[in-house]
Amino acid sequence: MRIAFVKKLEELCHSDKDIFLLSADLGFKLFDGYRAKFPDRFLNMGIAETNMIGVATGLALSGKKVYCYSMIPFLIMRCFEHIKIDICYHNLDIRLVGVGCGFAYGLEGITHHATEDIAIMRSLPNMTIVAPGDQYEASASIVASAYHKGPMFIRLGKAGESQVHSSLPEFKIGKGITIFDKGNDICILATGSMLHKAKTTAELLLKKKFGVTLISLHTIKPLDKMLIKNCARKYKSIFSIEEHSLIGGFGTAIAEVLFEVHYDGLFKKIGLPDLFNHYIGNTEYLHRKYGLLPEDMTNNIIKLIKKA
Amino acid sequence: MKKEKKIKHLDIEGIKEIAKKVRRETLDLIYKAKTPHIGSSFSIIEILVALYFKYLRVSPDNSRNKDRDRFILSKGHGCPALYAVLARKGFLNSDIIEGFACNDGTLEEHPTFDLTKGIEFSTGSLGHGLSIGAGMAKAAKHDNNPYRIFVLLSDGETEAGFVWEATMFAAHHKLDNLIAIIDYNKIQALGRVKEIIDLEPFGEKWRSFGWGVREIDGHDFAQLFSAFEEIPFEQNKPSTIIAHTVKGKGVSFMEDKLLWHYRCPDEEEYLKAIKELE
Repeated sequence: MRIAFVKKLEELCHSDKDIFLLSADLGFKLFDGYRAKFPDRFLNMGIAETNMIGVATGLALSGKKVYCYSMIPFLIMRCFEHIKIDICYHNLDIRLVGVGCGFAYGLEGITHHATEDIAIMRSLPNMTIVAPGDQYEASASIVASAYHKGPMFIRLGKAGESQVHSSLPEFKIGKGITIFDKGNDICILATGSMLHKAKTTAELLLKKKFGVTLISLHTIKPLDKMLIKNCARKYKSIFSIEEHSLIGGFGTAIAEVLFEVHYDGLFKKIGLPDLFNHYIGNTEYLHRKYGLLPEDMTNNIIKLIKKA
Repeated sequence: MKKEKKIKHLDIEGIKEIAKKVRRETLDLIYKAKTPHIGSSFSIIEILVALYFKYLRVSPDNSRNKDRDRFILSKGHGCPALYAVLARKGFLNSDIIEGFACNDGTLEEHPTFDLTKGIEFSTGSLGHGLSIGAGMAKAAKHDNNPYRIFVLLSDGETEAGFVWEATMFAAHHKLDNLIAIIDYNKIQALGRVKEIIDLEPFGEKWRSFGWGVREIDGHDFAQLFSAFEEIPFEQNKPSTIIAHTVKGKGVSFMEDKLLWHYRCPDEEEYLKAIKELE
């Protein structure tokens, strides 16, 4: 996803002379091409994220479109108040490109895990949150960001994510993408890094003779409320899947909409529990520990449906 | 000091008159709205008046002009003084008192971004301003535009670590179009700066971070003019003016008193203050 991001950004920079890229000393080799082509529009801010937000704000107030790159814990958690006041209150064209959502940097440990960022960014007025589900969606979201007014948080994984789409999908900020529609029993709403595992889960459920629809909700804010309301009318069971705390994240946002329309079917959030992870392991290992592998999610969903 | 010769005696007398009026208007603003921070407002009046009436290239008729100088009041709580200056400069209606710090008002107790009012950035959360100024200065350099960015900070504000992130960035990028002015009145919210987090040796700190530094009396227009004329103090370096000031300057019973960080004058104090400011 990181590579998709920087490739698209390079393309955009050729035609848009106002684009700046700021990094908090992260992205080894990633930005070599960009830096060679646009040396005066790349700033390595050093390990000083709050200053990066401030400088980005000063640049944006001077007419620049600024992309700030770092790992989510440092970019989003550390800088919350600066993002709120500097960027969101002034409603500036700044894109916070955060890498390492959820357990993407599993073995790096808790300081590098990002499992609360959606909740806090969702609470900020003017903020748009996009979590691309694969490299195609990542590319599409960067293109969309160039024409978007106001602040954006683009929540990326790391590298080597499995593809869900086979080509660039029709992508619009705030509009979900139906990956497939194969029945009305179960609707799976997935976001970001969990999209591929959600797809495998949906396929396993299909094999077990459930009618399943899979939707990629790459935009967490503004949420595609119309689509969710349609889902509420159509499906007996709805499941949200995210690599984030179950408090305040993607599932919570969907629950808010379903509650508004008095959804009387089964709705369950699948994500991470409200605790600090103490397991040591890579992304896959940690996903297994928290029931986020497709087999576990499939069994969990079947169990929940039977219980309901 | 040949540049000093440029500053005519009349200039200083004229500007002193403006400062006198601004100080009185600031007092009225605070007294009528019953708001705090009179001490922090009085300590920056000469700095603001010197900037707005002599050095800043800004105009209410073209407040979005891309080539304008930028001013950020990073110590947002001193904004009654800024409002009084902006009103006198024509950015705000002269009846600012009507809309200040009241329900359905037009001006808050900390400045809110509004270019038509001449406010470049919303402050009140201390420590943000210098990074914003550094970003603006970087943009100006990138665009080869000669405008300058002035950021006025409080002394206590520089206790925030990210202020020093901005100083390092500005020095590294040789932002000689960026000027930090420190209102060194030596009192912060709970006491004397020296007793809370001693900033000294303050000038040396800025110098060692790669800035050109001048220390001046922040109420003396001759010294303020001379400092502003000589910017940048060192080639390819951002400039810091450490302005030694007095909290509550101009009213004897408010001067250098922590109480007046918070207290709003009652009627008797207000009348006494008016007399002193005549």
